[in-house]
Amino acid sequence: MLHYVSEILPSLLSGAWMTINIFFWTLIASIPLGILGSLGLTSKIAPLRWILKFYVWLMRGTPLLLQLIFVFYGLPIVGIIFQRYDAALFAFILNYTAYFAEIFRGGFQAIDPGQFESARVLRLTRGQTLIKIVIPQVVKIVVPSIGNETINLIKDSSLVYVIGLGDLLRAGNVATARDVTLLPLVLVGIIYLLMTAVATFVLRKVEQHYRAWR
Amino acid sequence: MLELKNIKKQFSGRTILDNFNMQVPDNQITTIVGPSGAGKTTLLRCISGLEKTNSGSFILDGKSFDPANNRDNDNVIGVVFQDFQLFPNLTVLDNITLAPQLVLKQSKKESEKQAQKLIDQLNLTGKESLYPYELSGGQKQRVAIVRALAMNPKILCYDEPTSALDPDLRHTVENIILGLKKDNMTQIVVTHDMEFAKNIADQIVRVEPIKA
Ligand SMILES: Nc1ncnc2c1ncn2[C@@H]1O[C@H](COP(=O)(O)OP(=O)(O)OP(=O)(O)O)[C@@H](O)[C@H]1O
Ligand SMILES: [Mg+2]
Repeated sequence: MLHYVSEILPSLLSGAWMTINIFFWTLIASIPLGILGSLGLTSKIAPLRWILKFYVWLMRGTPLLLQLIFVFYGLPIVGIIFQRYDAALFAFILNYTAYFAEIFRGGFQAIDPGQFESARVLRLTRGQTLIKIVIPQVVKIVVPSIGNETINLIKDSSLVYVIGLGDLLRAGNVATARDVTLLPLVLVGIIYLLMTAVATFVLRKVEQHYRAWR
Repeated sequence: MLELKNIKKQFSGRTILDNFNMQVPDNQITTIVGPSGAGKTTLLRCISGLEKTNSGSFILDGKSFDPANNRDNDNVIGVVFQDFQLFPNLTVLDNITLAPQLVLKQSKKESEKQAQKLIDQLNLTGKESLYPYELSGGQKQRVAIVRALAMNPKILCYDEPTSALDPDLRHTVENIILGLKKDNMTQIVVTHDMEFAKNIADQIVRVEPIKA
């Protein structure tokens, strides 16, 4: 059995690498975009607010699977062609930015307006106020929800299966179908558990870091 | 000296201050008293530039001055809020030195040296690396005062400095304000506590509600 495991492990790990790639780049892009989006959602400019509200409504109201299929199989019909990997990243970033924007919006609205006024009478600029005072407080508030979404993202990344990307789930499924054994799928489960465990650990550390103040 | 001339302030058509005049002489304590809802906080917010006035003018040492637009002016108004509004994510020292560093472009060393002097003066020694949640109400208020002073304001404003504190701390607040007066700080204090006002004031200004 160990022999079999060592035989399929390389393909599973290369699948896991794809999963980690999608996970990593989606997070890196959609957290800052989500912050920008949340600023737009709370902006004084009404049309900007409406557009972003519509976007969030659309992304959160339809399945990510549909969005993925739409980007990869649908858009080419109107001449917009993505490579598999790009299509996956594009759909994931669009989707997760919407969730993160909504989470950060809640965070920003939880900040006492007095904090902005207090910064203002000290003559800090809006940018300084956001970076030094408001965003750290918002991040502290949103870390638990961002954490949940992060764990979801690891699991959601398996949806790229439908557009034929070689991720962890596909690697396991291929091996199971070929060798008629459950073992690859069990290993896939274990690798997902390891990845969520690492993410959970990192999130605990981040939460601890923000526990220094209240 | 700061002069307010014919200040008018409305909120969605409702007049709160109408033709309001007042003078704030240098190095003195001016208290603003009046019943609840009269517009004391509103007046202070106009002076500190957090609210725009509808009409009227502010004159500082003979020159016209717009508090709502004082970003590029010399430091004029400092504010101690009723609920202090310290930054919870920053230590006491960082709360105090943030604006001097970012706005006045003081070096870290310079700002910390100045902060330490004020910290010692207001009896906060040893609290530098604590976060606001670790402070008592009176300590928070003193940090708020030091934070405002570190920007070298010409005038320091307080909104109800005794309201968020234990009654026995009232005396301490009086001493702080009178102590700053000795250092030639011009101060405006909004309060509804007449006794407190009498104890500290060089001048008492009344704000009366406007009958609709
Ligand atoms: N942002 C605002 N929008 C509309 N009305 C306001 C606003 N701020 C204050 N007011 C109104 O202005 C009036 C004066 O309020 P203000 O807070 O200045 O009173 P105050 O004298 O400080 O009262 P208190 O002693 O209770 O603190 C009140 O009737 C209040 O409802
Ligand atoms: Mg008031």
